[in-house]
Amino acid sequence: MRAASPLRLIRKYLSIIATILLFVLAFVAASLKYKGFGTLQVFFNMLIDNSFIIISAVGVTFVIISGNIDLSMGAMIAFTSMLAAALTENLHVNPLLTIAIVIAVGALIGTALGAIITFFKVPPFIATLAGMFMARGLCFLISIEAISINDPFFRAVSLYRIHLFGKAFISINVVIMLVVVLAAIYLAHFTRFGRTVYAIGGNEQSAMLMGLPVNRTKVLVYTLNGICSAVAGITYAFYMLSGYGLNANGFELDIISSVVIGGTPLSGGSGYLVGTVFGVLIQGIIQNVIAFNGTLNSWWTRIIVGLLTLMFIVMQRAFSAIKRKGSTSTFEMKSE
Amino acid sequence: MKKLNSIIQKLGSNRLAWSMFALAAILLFNLIVYPEFFKITILDGHLYGSLVDIFRNGAPLMVLAIGMTLVVATGGVDLSVGPVIAVTGAVATSLIGLEYGSTNTPLFLAVALALGVAALCGFWNGILVSRIGIQPIVATLILYVAGRGVAQMITNGKIMRIFYEPYFVFGSGYFLSLPVSLYIVLLVYIVAWLFTRRTSFGLYVESIGINSEASRFTGINEKNVKLLAYTLCGLCAGIAGIIISSNVKSADGNNAGLWYELDAILSVALGGTSLSGGRFSFAGSIIGALIIQSLTTTIYSTGVPPQVIMLVKALVVFLVSLLQSENFRKMIGSLLNSRKGAIQ
Repeated sequence: MRAASPLRLIRKYLSIIATILLFVLAFVAASLKYKGFGTLQVFFNMLIDNSFIIISAVGVTFVIISGNIDLSMGAMIAFTSMLAAALTENLHVNPLLTIAIVIAVGALIGTALGAIITFFKVPPFIATLAGMFMARGLCFLISIEAISINDPFFRAVSLYRIHLFGKAFISINVVIMLVVVLAAIYLAHFTRFGRTVYAIGGNEQSAMLMGLPVNRTKVLVYTLNGICSAVAGITYAFYMLSGYGLNANGFELDIISSVVIGGTPLSGGSGYLVGTVFGVLIQGIIQNVIAFNGTLNSWWTRIIVGLLTLMFIVMQRAFSAIKRKGSTSTFEMKSE
Repeated sequence: MKKLNSIIQKLGSNRLAWSMFALAAILLFNLIVYPEFFKITILDGHLYGSLVDIFRNGAPLMVLAIGMTLVVATGGVDLSVGPVIAVTGAVATSLIGLEYGSTNTPLFLAVALALGVAALCGFWNGILVSRIGIQPIVATLILYVAGRGVAQMITNGKIMRIFYEPYFVFGSGYFLSLPVSLYIVLLVYIVAWLFTRRTSFGLYVESIGINSEASRFTGINEKNVKLLAYTLCGLCAGIAGIIISSNVKSADGNNAGLWYELDAILSVALGGTSLSGGRFSFAGSIIGALIIQSLTTTIYSTGVPPQVIMLVKALVVFLVSLLQSENFRKMIGSLLNSRKGAIQ
């Protein structure tokens, strides 16, 4: 073991530094260009409008670190928020019980997908693509129409504002999101489960040979992802105060590109949750700039997000190529 | 008894037979429940009826499935076919223009350019996969995100309508009392079959799908074969895009080709091509597309909300991918064996 020199540290955190730097630069540039952009509230609004995306992206980050992929989370968010709406409105279930049921259902679906992928070796994108269609179908099975939520508890949570630093405020969703992110960071870096996830993503074969519980962990990662989708669905229900089968359309791609922009390579094995949070926030800046500008059209969001994703993937590949070159002479463990 | 067993075994190993069987089962269900399903009437010299509808509405999916088969056989996947459909429709529409009964660009040129753009989209995917080495799901995801944005940029965010009659031929025209789109499918199939089975290209594709590394060592130019497969897949998506926009007489950047990617992948899987790559069959994929289309038509006629079809499709995907899974077959096999043992 060599002592961690500053250079090594920078190299280790290079992708995440790049992401945060890009966020700061974009925010400063937008603040200089648009009057009223550089305020605390605009930043808080990005958190408020994207809290459910971040929560779901946390689960997907684990999936991607373990070297797999998930395409079902957008549909899962729609389904779980629809389920929450149907339980409280149509069946008049207690809101807290509703939340518990929804999270349990999310965990169950996640576990089932994980088991199909792990034990039957069905390619992850096929299984989760089918999961996506299943969740959308279930939405419409509950109701074709949108269900609006009038439950007093949901409304109270939805409208509550927490004031910070004077006039600026955040919503309860932001608090939920922060709790999820902190819990996930603990899980990723301070538990055996987290280390196993990184090990599987690094090299599944070696993880197996080291005696790590590979199969169990792979299923658990999808369980965790299902729980995250369900929590995201509940916060989405707080945000929208309704459930609808066509809601959250295209979220899966926003989420995956956030994880990629956040510096987690799609080949797995490394990556940080903080990066994912900033990956989502960079997309938040793009949306806000387009809203502030007023003359740009919304489709530019898609094109720019697509190009940013590409840029980051190419960058990651370049880095890993350099790293491989550097480590051919001396055998060294993967530094992340 | 032994003979019967071996026949069943032979049938079981022939994946094409399974998909034929599934298609027959759906049609049989319709024959029993809705006898009028099979009624074909001739109106103005054109054939009409549910069966003709299945072929006509399924045409874009069949073309798409042919292109997707090539990509899946190389061990990849193309998620961007839906947006490519939207882009192609948008390009063709904007070239033809919005004037009633006239066109800004000769029809042939407009279609050729639109198809060229579609092939370019496929080429872009192919470059990302073969040259930069990005995993296929992610490489094509980029175009999936950006593609609809590009389509909306071309149509200026609006649904553009077409008023130029001759363009409608591809989607809703008839020739010798059969829909023109069917002839297009036939043409694409024949060209694809000749190109893969009468040259070595098909063999290369299968070899790469089974073992990319080993194929490279035997001297196959793995990168170029993949590049060509993705380009052809883009071209097929383009042809489907022309049929769709010609059929609905408009270009819609948001909704043209929406959800088509799963249908295309599902068609390929139902047709017996393994999703992990290797051997492929265009005929199987076409049958797969027909299964999906007849499933859709059946669900429409049962009066179940059409959106629920997504659930049915998902269950079919699970079933098919489990049946393709070796572990699952082993598990079922051992379950059956243990029961046999118990009886004896």
